[in-house]
Amino acid sequence: MHHEAPIVKFLGLNFNLSNVLMITVASAIVFIIALLSTRRLAMKPTGMQNFFEWVMDFVKNIINSTMDWKTGGRFHILGLTLIMYIFVSNMLGLPFAITYDHTLWWKSPTADPVITLTLAATVVGLSHYYGVKLKGVGEYGRDFIRPMPFLFPLKIIEEFANTLTLGLRLYGNIYAGEILLTLLVGGLASAGVGGMLAAVIPTLVWQGFSIFVGSIQAFIFCMLTMVYMAHKVSQDH
Amino acid sequence: MLTNSLVLGAAGSGFNGGDILFQLFMFIILLALLKKFAWGPLMGIMQQREEHIAGEIQAAEESRTEAKKLLEEQRNLLKEARTEAQGLIENAKKQGDVQREEIIAAARTESERIKESAKLEIEQQKEQAVAAIRAQVASLSVLIASKVIEKELSAADQEKLINEYIQEAGEKR
Repeated sequence: MHHEAPIVKFLGLNFNLSNVLMITVASAIVFIIALLSTRRLAMKPTGMQNFFEWVMDFVKNIINSTMDWKTGGRFHILGLTLIMYIFVSNMLGLPFAITYDHTLWWKSPTADPVITLTLAATVVGLSHYYGVKLKGVGEYGRDFIRPMPFLFPLKIIEEFANTLTLGLRLYGNIYAGEILLTLLVGGLASAGVGGMLAAVIPTLVWQGFSIFVGSIQAFIFCMLTMVYMAHKVSQDH
Repeated sequence: MLTNSLVLGAAGSGFNGGDILFQLFMFIILLALLKKFAWGPLMGIMQQREEHIAGEIQAAEESRTEAKKLLEEQRNLLKEARTEAQGLIENAKKQGDVQREEIIAAARTESERIKESAKLEIEQQKEQAVAAIRAQVASLSVLIASKVIEKELSAADQEKLINEYIQEAGEKR
């Protein structure tokens, strides 16, 4: 059941080659899909252009539900990229997991806490950056002692808690899905003909559910990103 | 080992600083590429469509206003034409009335004149006739007188004679 991770040391840093591979694959897929569907842009949209315009409106609605478009418009591209990248990453681990020589190569990149926490930290870091940029250092700093100065420690904890929950929520959902799939396919189905028959239906059901969970998690990640952004950049609380 | 990997995920051993850097790097690159090649153009075309629709609506609004203006103009023209026609008819009627009056007046004057001249002629004729009778009576009286002078007559004869002459005069008439 347990698979080793292909880790190499390079320049004093640990690289998990499986993660590197899957990040690259996910990015490439997102980029290729987006590129192909926006090659022939027309005033009267057809096919994939329709779909991507829908995605754009979807993200736009998420942003509009948390802040006004004048401040939120700058996060449109970030939100789009996040939701697409996370959705594709979540889907990658579903059809199969490739292990070679007891080493897990093919999986969802989001099934690794390091990856999801990196994304979460990026988002929270960006929210601080925009908070300072849009409101100025003074106003940004004063937000930490509002509404009461004694809440300052809680505010500091909140920032780290936000990062942790944002990253670990995504990781937990996806990793749990993959673990169960691995158990079903690698454990039950490889225990003989009966086990294989018994594993078919739960596997199908769980894969369907994982698609749902993966979509929901991508949406939630994007939504929470915008909520944190709004929390930092909005003028009134 | 199994619990350890379940808790920490596939990572298991050590801190994967490289993964973090790689993920960050790839995400930024993806963001930049998508912005340049996909989201940018897509946003552009959506913006363009929005402007196009707004322009079309504007144009429709304008043409509607223009149509309204033209309609109003046409309506005014029609009203004007109707008033003018009404005026023309009224004028013609008035003129006809005046002409009728004139004709009737002329006819009346003419008839008056004819009547007058006829009266005058009748008077003249009467005058002439009276003059003629007067002349006749005078000559007759002269004749009667001469006859009376001419012979002695009895009263009866005289009566007879006068009657004769009167008869005669009546016959002559």
